[in-house]
Amino acid sequence: MMIPGVDGFIYPNEGELQWSLLIVLYPYITGLVAGAFILASLERVFKVDAVRPTYRLALLTALAFLLVAPLPLQLHLGHPERSIEMYLTPHSSSAMAMFGFVYLWYLMAVLLLEIWLEFRADIVRMAQTTSGWKRLVYKALTLGSMNVSPAARRIDDKVGFAVTVIGIPSAFLLHGYVGFIFGSVKANPWWSTPLMPVVFLFSAMASGIAGVMLLYMVSMKAKKMTIDMPCVDTIAKYLFYTFVIDFSLEMLDLVHRTYEAGESFRSLDFMVHTRLWVSQVIVQICLCTLVPLALLALTQLFPFKAAVRRAMYFVSSLLVMVGIFAMRWNVVIGGQLFSKSFLGYTSFKLEFAAREGLFTAIGLMILPFVIFVVLVKLLPPWPEPEATVGVGHARP
Amino acid sequence: MELSRRDLFAAGGKLLILASVGATLEQITGAAPPSDAYNLADHWWGMLVDIDKCIGCGNCVRACSKENQVPAGYFRTWVERYQVGEDQQPHVDSPNGDIDGFPADTRGDVKSFFVPKLCNHCAESPCVQVCPVGATFVSPDGVVLVDKNYCLGCRYCIQACPYGCRYLHPETHTADKCTLCYHRITQGLTTACCEACPTGARQLVDFKNPKDPVHEYLRHNKVQVLKPYMATGAKVYYHDLDGSVR
Amino acid sequence: MRQFLRDSGHLIRPAIVLIVGLAAFLLIRTALIPKAFGKYGHYDAAALDRIRQHPVSYAGQDTCVMCHDDQAKARASGKHAHVACEACHGPQAAHANADDPSAHKPALPDVANLCRRCHEKDAAKPQGFPQVVTAEHSGGALCTECHQPHNPHL
Repeated sequence: MMIPGVDGFIYPNEGELQWSLLIVLYPYITGLVAGAFILASLERVFKVDAVRPTYRLALLTALAFLLVAPLPLQLHLGHPERSIEMYLTPHSSSAMAMFGFVYLWYLMAVLLLEIWLEFRADIVRMAQTTSGWKRLVYKALTLGSMNVSPAARRIDDKVGFAVTVIGIPSAFLLHGYVGFIFGSVKANPWWSTPLMPVVFLFSAMASGIAGVMLLYMVSMKAKKMTIDMPCVDTIAKYLFYTFVIDFSLEMLDLVHRTYEAGESFRSLDFMVHTRLWVSQVIVQICLCTLVPLALLALTQLFPFKAAVRRAMYFVSSLLVMVGIFAMRWNVVIGGQLFSKSFLGYTSFKLEFAAREGLFTAIGLMILPFVIFVVLVKLLPPWPEPEATVGVGHARP
Repeated sequence: MELSRRDLFAAGGKLLILASVGATLEQITGAAPPSDAYNLADHWWGMLVDIDKCIGCGNCVRACSKENQVPAGYFRTWVERYQVGEDQQPHVDSPNGDIDGFPADTRGDVKSFFVPKLCNHCAESPCVQVCPVGATFVSPDGVVLVDKNYCLGCRYCIQACPYGCRYLHPETHTADKCTLCYHRITQGLTTACCEACPTGARQLVDFKNPKDPVHEYLRHNKVQVLKPYMATGAKVYYHDLDGSVR
Repeated sequence: MRQFLRDSGHLIRPAIVLIVGLAAFLLIRTALIPKAFGKYGHYDAAALDRIRQHPVSYAGQDTCVMCHDDQAKARASGKHAHVACEACHGPQAAHANADDPSAHKPALPDVANLCRRCHEKDAAKPQGFPQVVTAEHSGGALCTECHQPHNPHL
């Protein structure tokens, strides 16, 4: 009896995939959050001054994506109205139960707090200089305090530093636990590896850094401002290092798997050579890993003119962002295409206008950029030319 | 003899007093509770499947489907047919889970047999471990159940089950699977699949019942569980399970 | 010291927001968690009772033989002794529990297909199990023309 889309033998309940496009999207989005935040922390904590122009931008990027992050999960649930149960009765043995708390912690105690501390001076200034409903918004954002004296700002700076320091492991946790959700499923050999959280994390950092790079370059062009070359040179350097580590980890997993050739190897190998050939080998590895690594390596080894470097960074960042999405796809979808009997395969049917369909996914990917534009209008990511008090950090 | 109303009342009153005293005495002395009382702590459920006896008729699949209103295309239990060559590489099929039986195959050149499958009601269940809210659980009497009023439909448990016995119910949008006919076994009946099995290939067992034949059986018969390396504490024991079974 | 408090006073505000939020959450929590949650483990114990309420469809052969003594006796002495009534007759709890069982009279099994399911020859069936190639066995005649279903051995 032939079932369409099924080859070989699968357990009777394995025909339909449980986690589809939205669950590919969710780790991608939280990855961008984690990556953008790590880039911001490079400047704040590790004193890499060159990337200072992107500090505020990275924070706002992280927030825009973080606000959208729960949406793919809600849309995927059979009962989204019961999702509050994760806060009421979290099951301590389940990595997924951590999500609610890690998310809230990261949103409230790290990102929003850091953004508030960073932008306070501007918020107070706007509360005093704007009118109408805008004034109300800014007044609310001040949380009632108008104290932006240099001494107060120095304290803000110290607390902000502490928040960023706490924020780095928090960002690791926010995205690392997603890797653990997959990596700890012993029933699924495509997912089950201790490397999974680390791979997820480094690929997240790569995608986040690439994302900020792209947003910075596009925003500067849109505002007709010059791109700070030392800034993008430094970002590209960190992108290169992060991506090299990510690629090495993924290759380690592949080599290890191929060498040991355990029970599932033949089934998974066949799957990569057939159903995942385009998405994994062509797109993820060749086009979106080897090409950007080559481009970035070239920029590290040879001096190119600024315009050429900008083009190479732009292309590399774009390819990295596509590649990391492909990686999430190959992990999530790939992990469900083969039967746990190792004797057959099923197929993924991509829907278009359904709740978990392509149109929803596209909408969810556009939404953070819309939120980003609103945030940038609300909180200036670059010092205004005439600004004097409290712009950037309260440092001389 | 004529009974006056007075005599009637007197007799009735005496009866009433006797009955009340009797009932009170029963309460005080702790006489046996009514026969339908089910004590969770007295039971630890599992199942015994004898491969040598399974004829692949699919009675179990149909009975389960009717007893539990299992939606079409999803399976709380199913039967697989194995055809194993000398290289021990199996060819397996399970047309619609065996709900309509198998197309007859009289080829005699390979080793072939049927394997009924169901939820293994694992004592250390990986599906229970990953549930984020506590909607699926191992009951005190050893049955892995889903609280469909609480399940979010996140599908993590379906991913975590090594045996493929879970699915998302298309109407309730909650995770669903074999309940070991909990509503039946807690009132002294056997599961629907065991009731319908004509050869006794499937047998419900209660490990805590000293009179259950499983104790004697396990002393004399070799048994296996599916995927033992997963260390899930599976409680469905198979007799004469071939090494090629996945 | 006073100066320090004045300069850092604004930090109390986000702290207040967090504390108020936490308090509200803790209040809501007690109202929403199911009452019997945690009684036996990390789940709602009331679910056990809910699951037990599911209606029964198969009565079980012990119920059938309470009335159908003759068929039970015929079966007990034959090869189908261990085949439950409902294995062939389907779920009969509605029939058994009805006030008037004859109003829920079960349909006679479809002999043409029923017997074949078990007894059609198949290489995967155990060797000793009675199985025939039905097309060659009866020449098209229904199984019940020769075999009495409750005691089928000839």
